[in-house]
Amino acid sequence: MNDCVLLGHGGGGRLSHQLIEQEIVARFGQGPLQTLPDAATLELDSRRICFTTDSFVVHPLEFPGGNIGDLAVHGTVNDLAVSGARPRWLSLGLILEEGLPLATLRRVLDSVQRAAEQCEVAVVTGDTKVVRRGQCDGLYINTSGIGEAIPGFALSLSRVGLGDCILVSGPLGDHGAAVLSAREGFQMQNGPLSDSRPVHRLVQSVADLAADIRFMRDPTRGGLATVLNEMTAGQSYGIRIRARDLPFSPGTNALAEMLGLDLLHVASEGCLVLLCAESVAAAILARWQALPEGVDARAIGRVTDQAGRVILETAIGGQRVVDVPSGELLPRIC
Amino acid sequence: MQIVAIAENGTGTVDLDGTRYPVELMLIEDPQIGDYVLIHAGYAIEKLDIAEADARLALFESLAEIYRQETGLPVTLAAPPRQREAV
Amino acid sequence: MTRYIEGFRKMDAASHFRTTLAEQGRQLAEQGRSIHLMEVCGSHTMAIARFGIRDFLPAAISLVSGPGCPVCVTDPGYIDAAITLAGQGKIIATFGDMLRVPGSRTSLAEARAAGGRVEVCYSPLTAIELARNHPETEVVFLAVGFETTIAPVVAMLDAVIRQAIDNVSLLTAFKRVPPALSALIADPEIQIDGLLCPAHVSAIIGADAYRPYAEQYGVACVVAGFEPLDILYGLQGLTQQLLENRPHVDNQYGRVVKAEGNRQAQRLMEHYLLPADASWRGLGTIPASGLVLRPEFARFDAVHRHGILPTPGRINPRCQCGEVLKGKIRPAQCPLFGVACHPDKPLGPCMVSSEGSCAADFKYARGGA
Ligand code: SF4
Repeated sequence: MNDCVLLGHGGGGRLSHQLIEQEIVARFGQGPLQTLPDAATLELDSRRICFTTDSFVVHPLEFPGGNIGDLAVHGTVNDLAVSGARPRWLSLGLILEEGLPLATLRRVLDSVQRAAEQCEVAVVTGDTKVVRRGQCDGLYINTSGIGEAIPGFALSLSRVGLGDCILVSGPLGDHGAAVLSAREGFQMQNGPLSDSRPVHRLVQSVADLAADIRFMRDPTRGGLATVLNEMTAGQSYGIRIRARDLPFSPGTNALAEMLGLDLLHVASEGCLVLLCAESVAAAILARWQALPEGVDARAIGRVTDQAGRVILETAIGGQRVVDVPSGELLPRIC
Repeated sequence: MQIVAIAENGTGTVDLDGTRYPVELMLIEDPQIGDYVLIHAGYAIEKLDIAEADARLALFESLAEIYRQETGLPVTLAAPPRQREAV
Repeated sequence: MTRYIEGFRKMDAASHFRTTLAEQGRQLAEQGRSIHLMEVCGSHTMAIARFGIRDFLPAAISLVSGPGCPVCVTDPGYIDAAITLAGQGKIIATFGDMLRVPGSRTSLAEARAAGGRVEVCYSPLTAIELARNHPETEVVFLAVGFETTIAPVVAMLDAVIRQAIDNVSLLTAFKRVPPALSALIADPEIQIDGLLCPAHVSAIIGADAYRPYAEQYGVACVVAGFEPLDILYGLQGLTQQLLENRPHVDNQYGRVVKAEGNRQAQRLMEHYLLPADASWRGLGTIPASGLVLRPEFARFDAVHRHGILPTPGRINPRCQCGEVLKGKIRPAQCPLFGVACHPDKPLGPCMVSSEGSCAADFKYARGGA
């Protein structure tokens, strides 16, 4: 059992110390974590900060295109980025299940480290607890993040106007589809691949156009449909999107065909939805398309005067309401 | 979906745009590599008759053509989008 | 391959159908007629909602949803039986749609939250995997569905028997489409002028199965695929038959459906199953509308094997699912629609399944309702 997480790893004694030194400090000990203080002390350059937290409980822990480690970094980094902030610092809270293979833990932590480097954020504080077998599902992660507000962004739905454009930075639904296919064991080759990746560069690349950007979101749980409905709920305007403009990856599409999924309801983890004035839409698309994470960026629709309504123009030119999904994502029959 | 492999135990592999996954073939007669099949709940339930499918596509295309001529829209098919379109 | 999916989702051809359907609508109006077409199958219901096909129909053509959603017609007593089995420690393997269907008191989702082992499957084959991985536990597969789904489930049973696996059984509630259609068409209260016949079910049973409706009852029949152009073409074909007063069976889905259907699947089903009377939620008992395991396979029948006695169960008396399933009312005409009954808290099965009429209408057409 030496290669597994043991209850003793969380007991505060020698085993705990070993785990923290070897697995955490070894990876994240360059900054404030080096001496394991009770709290990290941070120097701010800016007077406005953004602060967010998120917990990650994905099953399976590893899936095509990523694992819970990079997801935990990207999720929090992206929440900061879409708020118009430059992500700076992260906390890392781990809840480990007794019996979790250390090899899995190491792969996950390696991913955390790599993702944090890519996102230019430092993991500056953390915590590790071990729970009895059966009390959690392998490994849960909580990350909180602090970012410094990028000057110029004044994101607010109250600034949205008729004719504004809706842009997306890449294919939709890849993460949810990848997790679903891994969880159900579909054994697909070239199946869906999670898009778990940061969107902070996409945000930073358009910072000088911030004045004309009204709103940004990453379509995670509930997919694009949920984000668009949040954008229009209770507003005096609506949104109209066109099916033919929506980008999807082939593997994700194949799974959707196989299961009858509506990809508008499926989560992405590295995609940005942005609402902006028409005058800057083309410039934003050009900047995004020059970045690897934005090559598939598209304009997908516009703001309309149909208050509170999200309408899809379907592939054949029909119309329908885009509603929020209810309940869990399940394969259906017949 | 097109059958691209059939294993010894009779299980097949189908392909859709490069994505491949296993499918059971025992509900169709004489499955062959290259056959297009309709899949339900992990089983191929019938073969697709390609000649019929092509004829139907041609019919729909000719109706589209009539529509374009009647409405005076440019008689060109839209260039295929970079990504597949779907709803 | 994309060709055989996206080729059937093209805008220009759809626009052509918009024009011809409008013209047909004018002709109907001139004759002072309005027609009622029924899409029998839940997958048609879904596709119609998802692609916004109602948009293409003139006022004189109305489209009603039929009984073709398998979970919608399943009795609450069936869910109760599954919950009882889960309570006995058996692994319940089920298609995802069944999870939230209300039984008399609770649903399988609630049974799972209470500790029951309920596993969601995409394919019946998952039941075999579960049985192999848990040799000490009984696996009960919730065998619901129409002919399309019955064939794969029976194929799974065939594999179970060939591989001598002995801890899988089926809790059957198989339903056959033709007897239900016969009952609906014979009901004088229901006006159905044309049937948009299912794609996948017809692949199994064959297009000839619909001939009696055209020949004896004068109902127009078109077998159509699930792609939007197939559906539009089918609706146009049905209307044309009615305009010309020439009802017949037109198999427009010849690329998949044969007149006689899939013989191989039919043989397998006959080997294992027998027709029996079946009870349909909302429609009542319809003679010979179900399929049950033949007596020689009783040990694979969960009812025999585990000695349970399913009852019809109790339906929420205010739910109008029966009327919706018969196409007598549109979901929005149910007083509970969207108010007490909501996809997040469904009172009736029609609001549960993504293909249920109520759920489909709620999800895609709410604004219009
Ligand atoms: S809206 Fe709900 S209660 Fe009314 S018929 Fe539909 S499922 Fe039943």
